[in-house]
Amino acid sequence: MQHVSPIREPLVTGGKTYHDITQDIARHVESKPNMRWAAALAVSLFFLGIFLWSVYRTLWYGIGEWGLNKTVGWAWDITNFVWWVGIGHAGTLISAILLLFRQKWRSSINRAAEAMTIFAVICAAMFPVLHMGRPWLAYWVLPLPNAFGSLWANFNSPLLWDVFAISTYFSVSLVFWYIGLVPDFATIRDRAKGPIAKTVYGLLSLGWVGSAKHWSRYETVSLILAGVSTPLVLSVHTIVSMDFATSVIPGWHTTIFPPYFVAGAIFSGFAMVLTLMIITRKTFVLEDYITLEHIESMNKVIILTGSIVGVAYITEFFIAWYSGVEYEQYAFINRATGPYWWAYWSMMTCNVITPQLFWFRSIRRSLTATFIISIFVNIGMWFERFVIIVTSLHRDYLPSSWAMFSPTIIDIGIYVGTLGLFFTLFLLFAKYFPVINMFEVKTILKSSSGVTHAPGTSMHANAPHPVMQVTDSNHTNHPKHD
Amino acid sequence: MQESKKYWKGIEELENTPEFAKAAHNEFAEFLPVKETYGSDAAEAEVAPRRDFLKLLGFGLAAATLASCEAPVRKAIPYLNKPEEIEPGIANWYASTYFEGGDYNSVLVKTREGRPIKLEGNPLSGVTKGGLSAKAQASVLSLYDTNRLTAPMMNGKATDWKKVDSEIMSRLTGATGKVVVLSHTIISPTTKKAIAEFGGKFGSFEHVVYDANSASGLLKANDGTVPGYDFSKAKVILSVAADFLGTWISPVEYAKQYIQTRKITKENSDMSRHYQFETNLSLTGSNADVRVAIKPSEEALVVAAIYNKVVGGLNAPAYSNKQLDKAIADLMAARGNALVVAGANDQAVQTMVRAINQALGAEGTTINTNAPSYVRQGDDEQMVRFVREMNGGGIGAVIFYGTNPVYDHPLSADVEAGMKKVGLTISLADRVNETAKLANFICPDHNYLESWNDYMPKKGYMSLAQPTISPLFRTRQAQESLLKWAGNNTSYYDYLKANWAGITGGNAGWDKVVHDGVVENVTLNQEVKTYAPMTTAAVGVALNKSQKAGIELKIYEKVGIGQGGIEANNPWLQELPDPVTKATWDNYVTIPRSMSVDKGIAQNDLVKITAANGKSITLPALIQPGQAKDTVGIAIGYGRKLAGKVADNVGENVYPLATVADNGISYNTTVTIEKAGGEREIAQTQTHHTIMGRIVVQESNLNQYKKDPASVTERITIATPDGPKKPSAVSLWQDYEYKDHHWGMVIDLNSCIGCGSCVVGCNVENNVAVVGKQEVLNRREMHWMRIDRYYSSDATREDGFTAMEEPSDNPTVIFQPMLCQHCNHAPCETVCPVLATTHSTEGLNQMTYNRCVGTRYCANNCPYKVRRFNWFSYPDNEKFTDVNYAQTSDLGRMVLNPDVTVRARGVMEKCSMCVQRIQLGKLEAKKDKRRPVDGEIVTACAQSCPTNAIIFGDMKDPNSQIRKVMEREQGERAFTVLEEINTQPNITYLTKIRNLA
Repeated sequence: MQHVSPIREPLVTGGKTYHDITQDIARHVESKPNMRWAAALAVSLFFLGIFLWSVYRTLWYGIGEWGLNKTVGWAWDITNFVWWVGIGHAGTLISAILLLFRQKWRSSINRAAEAMTIFAVICAAMFPVLHMGRPWLAYWVLPLPNAFGSLWANFNSPLLWDVFAISTYFSVSLVFWYIGLVPDFATIRDRAKGPIAKTVYGLLSLGWVGSAKHWSRYETVSLILAGVSTPLVLSVHTIVSMDFATSVIPGWHTTIFPPYFVAGAIFSGFAMVLTLMIITRKTFVLEDYITLEHIESMNKVIILTGSIVGVAYITEFFIAWYSGVEYEQYAFINRATGPYWWAYWSMMTCNVITPQLFWFRSIRRSLTATFIISIFVNIGMWFERFVIIVTSLHRDYLPSSWAMFSPTIIDIGIYVGTLGLFFTLFLLFAKYFPVINMFEVKTILKSSSGVTHAPGTSMHANAPHPVMQVTDSNHTNHPKHD
Repeated sequence: MQESKKYWKGIEELENTPEFAKAAHNEFAEFLPVKETYGSDAAEAEVAPRRDFLKLLGFGLAAATLASCEAPVRKAIPYLNKPEEIEPGIANWYASTYFEGGDYNSVLVKTREGRPIKLEGNPLSGVTKGGLSAKAQASVLSLYDTNRLTAPMMNGKATDWKKVDSEIMSRLTGATGKVVVLSHTIISPTTKKAIAEFGGKFGSFEHVVYDANSASGLLKANDGTVPGYDFSKAKVILSVAADFLGTWISPVEYAKQYIQTRKITKENSDMSRHYQFETNLSLTGSNADVRVAIKPSEEALVVAAIYNKVVGGLNAPAYSNKQLDKAIADLMAARGNALVVAGANDQAVQTMVRAINQALGAEGTTINTNAPSYVRQGDDEQMVRFVREMNGGGIGAVIFYGTNPVYDHPLSADVEAGMKKVGLTISLADRVNETAKLANFICPDHNYLESWNDYMPKKGYMSLAQPTISPLFRTRQAQESLLKWAGNNTSYYDYLKANWAGITGGNAGWDKVVHDGVVENVTLNQEVKTYAPMTTAAVGVALNKSQKAGIELKIYEKVGIGQGGIEANNPWLQELPDPVTKATWDNYVTIPRSMSVDKGIAQNDLVKITAANGKSITLPALIQPGQAKDTVGIAIGYGRKLAGKVADNVGENVYPLATVADNGISYNTTVTIEKAGGEREIAQTQTHHTIMGRIVVQESNLNQYKKDPASVTERITIATPDGPKKPSAVSLWQDYEYKDHHWGMVIDLNSCIGCGSCVVGCNVENNVAVVGKQEVLNRREMHWMRIDRYYSSDATREDGFTAMEEPSDNPTVIFQPMLCQHCNHAPCETVCPVLATTHSTEGLNQMTYNRCVGTRYCANNCPYKVRRFNWFSYPDNEKFTDVNYAQTSDLGRMVLNPDVTVRARGVMEKCSMCVQRIQLGKLEAKKDKRRPVDGEIVTACAQSCPTNAIIFGDMKDPNSQIRKVMEREQGERAFTVLEEINTQPNITYLTKIRNLA
């Protein structure tokens, strides 16, 4: 049991009952797709088409279709990769760390955030494969038993660590997300009318009946997975940062990278969650579940992580000056004043300056402002990776090799294409899966719905008889499927 | 008797129904309808076509699938009767000679399975001494040029030799007027004899000789020969616009000599001092100790000023500056060991230079009067007269032997017009070039690698060329054609051998000469034209006439493309970065920064240059540090229209802008310059030109070196709690142990002149792909070996980084060959996820192409940026068909080195330190049960370096040269690049020392 301070704002508004919650959320799954959703899906599919076309060009002709060169061997590919992985951080953070910290406000957003994580990681995973010169040999990076003689993967290579980090993170997130979905799938199964829906949700719900044993096992698994995921939240981006930190390139070779990357990842992940949640709550009329309280809480995380990132940027400059290493100094002065100064200052503006506006409560609680700033953060975090990767590479040690990078249409196509892929997956998720964790929201209904409950009263819409109380008390935390 | 049993096929037979009886006659009981056409019957039309369709679909799918499963068959046919001297997998070497556009090189030709695949300098040659120019290195590809003619042509149609010969012979006999053979300089005594024999058949005959980049002025002032310059004896060298290390007369020979005066050690720290007065920043100017930028019109004044100080008595406009005064003082002090050369194609200037050299006592020391050079014999005056005669209608027949005056002569328009007035025009070109296109007949000559010939580049020095492959096409050696038309049916080989009988004696002597390729202290008759000397008074008159005003154009030659002859269609040379500008695939107008600021011309802006003779040319501008104020420079050799797919329409032709006077051609002229609007990007392999104050390339001066050799190289230390330490002393890494060999390289920056020979040598040896202009613009050239060129900057850290990016107006230049450093602690090796790049037990950083998945992490993490990625499938992507014909066409592929893999798309590649040569050398040694001897294994770059700047060897071998040099230079000039990253390269550089005035 948690103590809830009466001063706190309620997390569920509108005087919802358990049934209302089921109704509000399952409604979207059960009703016919609406026009807005279909239109959004069409746009997403169009961008997915661009993605497929760009991938075809890349696979058929080679990486030469991109704008890379002898000096800048990575640019948009790895920028996009790190950006997507970063975005994929919020889900697990919300579901695992906030679960361990018993932050109740996570309940209504964790489902969508986790879905976003998984889709973002799928998008991210495209790049390590696509950026390879010979992607059909991508499996060589796995330490598989093989017939190639004594060939084995290089365990010294951060890219190999990446392979493990990303695949572990993806599998754990996927399992965590799916386990969380099971009780809600069961709810939908129980309500389903059509045969297909009955079968499909029946299969998806893995025979869940909501018995006490199921709930007990569910709780155990959730805790274990939360425990497993928590270090992953920190490890994934730490390892991604080591791609850079363990190299010798000025601007990459920086010990500050692991914490800085993790903070940046949470920062960008929360921004993306906000962007998506603000749209979702509006389109699916979920204002009572994703309240201003939620948005404000997330905005606070954004101020915190944004400030960490800002301090990191300044620290890098300080260390460059303090170290006395001329290559390092040049790398950072070049970032701010060199040919890619616009990328650097876009990053600074979007990541350091705009989130500071959240110190004002009115901005923190303004949907419009939050939405705009979340977009800014998304842009800023993309530029952060671009700045780190491209501006460090394009002018490294020998001035004779200094070069510029400019993207081709294929570079752009792949990037906007992954956005198409992401939104296609997300829209399908939003339509066919419960976007809000129904049963978890129900657990906080009593304590944080804003409605005061006298002991003995029920939150069940159709259970006015005290007789039901007996069973209900067992189910306070785990309501039946209304 | 056994009762005969009867078996029925069925009830029908037993009962023998009428239907059965009828059907029994048919073998196939039921008629299966095969639809030939779709019936009009609706039901039938619906059923049968669907089944047929499915059948066809099924068959079609299966057939298409099976067909696509089959890999294309490439046949490797073994020898049925193996030639005795060919052992598959083992190279044969033949001595030969390359002579093109005045560039003489004695070469060794490496052939594999009968195909010439690589050229190397012939160390036996007393002229080029094992050096080989970039052009000569690349010339092996011209043999396999897909644009070569495969048969003679008559009036634009392919035909056979019989027809051509009878037609030509009959028309030659009927020719009214003079018969002319028009050639470039011919240094082959036997060829000259053949031409003379041919000419003897006609009442009126003339052999007209011109050179595309003429040295007539020099010849006129020196009795028809090029003086036997010997830079190796010079203590002070002063060059007025002579690019003797890059393009002037005999650059390889001069570079070999020059560098002998520049190699220094603690014990022998004497070094020549080199002054260069020039307009464009040339390769030679880049290497000079003191370089002064002057306008072309000032060349004569500089020489006159020296003349007046050294000889005196010339009526010349006064001219002096501090550097010139110092230079003259140095020259006079080094009397007997001084040498003055001038590039101007001007008899007056060259007459003064000769007098100066005589007065300085150069003759006998720095000019070997016994060995004048014959590599230039072109006579501008004769050529101009000939062009006029053609237009006057006095010429009956012209044979263009290796010449293309419609392209490479300033009077090309007149040549073109004149050709129409000549009854018979025959071109002996190997392709339909600009002149051959207009000729009645094209009788394609062999490539020099298919020919016999002899050469006498200098008095007393002779060499032979021998065929290294059977003629690929139905071509015929030019000399043989001439002999044939003269009625002499001997083969040129017999003709040549007979001519040499006096030298070689019997067969054994001949065999030795063929084997060695060279023979010295012998002479075949080599007549040279002599000219009337110019009087001092005439010189004075010419001097005072040469005053010019306004912007001046200096037309120059490029190291790679040369005069735009056969070199033009060679993609290796087109992609070879110019040593100074680092530009490829184009010519351009080099302008000084001051002009760029004054006229608002930015790099790549198209500008229109209009010469005093009214001709104009539109080219992009390139801002060139060191370009003299109010001057511009444009390179010849570009703007070919009919050279082949590689060269056509690359750049613009600047020959017509040269000034033609009665007595010669001047490559300087006054011009106007205006912006033409628009821009064309110049593909440079290096776009950043200064060193930004970094210690990646080190230089010092001779005084400092003499004072304390240990002080010339800056040492990098790392701060540790125990005080500053060498980076290698602070390491987290475990060192490799090398048991047998430890290959390494020492590159002497003092010897490297930046000529680019090693770049081409590496490309040829290692099958490096050519990627074309667009990909060079995309910064994706594939060169494993590059030469970084840095200009000095006036700015320091205090002025800020942006100011440091700006080169000085007249910068000092430093070259640094950059290739895989084969680091002992290689950053690339740790980051590869699949272990595709690893360290060998002999210190090589090796790249396993088959294992590479192409993450490019290694390239990113390489501090030297020497790794090259296969962005496309260069051997079969249609974008590269033309430029990369050495890999895309069957003919071109014959040049590939079979010992080196052609890399697939998506894999990383880089310098392997010619591991195939190392392996070969080790195997040879193993067969003899010994260790490889130092010098036995040489990388392609080290081999091709004309100045021996690159020393390759086994650092474990105590007797190796590399070991000795490293031991000698340790703590003095030896340094490794980016020592602070502690990559511990196996490549050591030696600090450049300048002999500053």
